[in-house]
Amino acid sequence: MRRDERLLVSKIQDGTVIDHIPAGNALYVLKILGITGREGLRVAVVMNVESKKLGKKDIVKIEKLELKKDDVNKISLIAPTATINIIRNYKVVSKSKVSVPERIEGLFSCINPRCITNQPREPLKSKFRLVSLSPLKMQCEYCGYIMSHDEILRQLTGG
Amino acid sequence: MFKGRDIVTIIDLTKEELEVLFEETDSMLKYKGLNLRLLEGKIMAAAFFEPSTRTRFSFETAMLRLGGRVIGFSEPSRTSIAKGETLADTIRMLNAYSDLIVIRHSIEGAAKFAAEIADVPVINAGDGTRHHPTQAMIDLYTIKRNFESFDGLEVGVLGDLKYGRAATSFIYGMSKYPIKHLYLISPPQLKCRNEVIEYLKFTGTSFTEVEKLDDVISELDVLYVTRIQRERLPDPAEYEKIRGSYRVTLNHLKEARDNLIILHPLPRTDELPNEIDSTKHAKYFEQAGYGVPIRMALLKLILVGEEI
Ligand SMILES: [Zn+2]
Repeated sequence: MRRDERLLVSKIQDGTVIDHIPAGNALYVLKILGITGREGLRVAVVMNVESKKLGKKDIVKIEKLELKKDDVNKISLIAPTATINIIRNYKVVSKSKVSVPERIEGLFSCINPRCITNQPREPLKSKFRLVSLSPLKMQCEYCGYIMSHDEILRQLTGG
Repeated sequence: MFKGRDIVTIIDLTKEELEVLFEETDSMLKYKGLNLRLLEGKIMAAAFFEPSTRTRFSFETAMLRLGGRVIGFSEPSRTSIAKGETLADTIRMLNAYSDLIVIRHSIEGAAKFAAEIADVPVINAGDGTRHHPTQAMIDLYTIKRNFESFDGLEVGVLGDLKYGRAATSFIYGMSKYPIKHLYLISPPQLKCRNEVIEYLKFTGTSFTEVEKLDDVISELDVLYVTRIQRERLPDPAEYEKIRGSYRVTLNHLKEARDNLIILHPLPRTDELPNEIDSTKHAKYFEQAGYGVPIRMALLKLILVGEEI
């Protein structure tokens, strides 16, 4: 970690550091993880710091939190460049890059109101297939609609 | 190859599989008018959640011609669906009663969902604006009967390419063959949907989107005409000004190639006036005539397979 970051946030003992989030998206990452700050977890958010790879980036540190697979998938959709560091006893014990899964089930809704996945009471989840990574595009497996990255973000973050 | 399988989109079928279907259709045509017993003891459930006469009758006729029987509904308002039953539960019921389900629904993806729920094969007879695979089979078969091969054909699709499921399935169907070029002719508001365009690029199909039939009529071997529903356009008054561009006239045909064939999934309105019917280009009644034999072939292949 670079010196200027160390100035901003101290190290965490156990938890997760999500690094290399495209600048300005840290709050979305917290939102999709369902972290409001009222859980009592220690959370640090660093925004718009220098990054060799991205120019500018955001970082999120969350103490005591271990991510589930669905969480990592969601992060990959918001921040495809993110790396996830698991911290135990102040040390990084694993470091991995997120990757957008080929198929995603039930994480966000299809934007097409006439899609079967949007019919109330029908017992099924949304299902999407990755069709393009950059720009990110995912296709609904039921109605065929291709969701743009913006549309996916809006569905994930409710805005 | 076909036995026991679902038919949700035309995309799912390979060119080779379509060839098997077309050969089977050739034999069905020979038996036309006879009552066969190939599907004796089999029951087809026709689940028409959206009104249809043509497609439903041709599926039912096909089943009856092969000695099978038919149950089903065509007016969901009179069934338990009107009482709020889910599609899932209706399909589970039909699955228990029948050997095959044919479904039409206004909701997009309904047929795929039905196919996931049912153990028996499901055939999509139209889901919203998305797919109508058996119509595409009829269309492709008509081209094959008229040209032998798809190689090098120049094909135009005219009308509502955004909401028209027959046009959409036809376009997907064309992407399977080594045609020379596909012209997508529509008002700007009714251009092909994004996922269809992406698919054409993915399959490497050569295509152009154009706004006027006049500009391309002389280039075409096949013209697939579809209806434009006025209510699909944001400004119907505006449409009155441009509708002439999406209506086939005798004047167009003066410019046309000698071998041009005109197809239409029917029913038609004024996009294809009666005066075209007596021209050598009109093949839409021939096309409509393949509705039953294609569906006989498909039902036979799915319920008993290629043998016999
Ligand atoms: Zn959908």
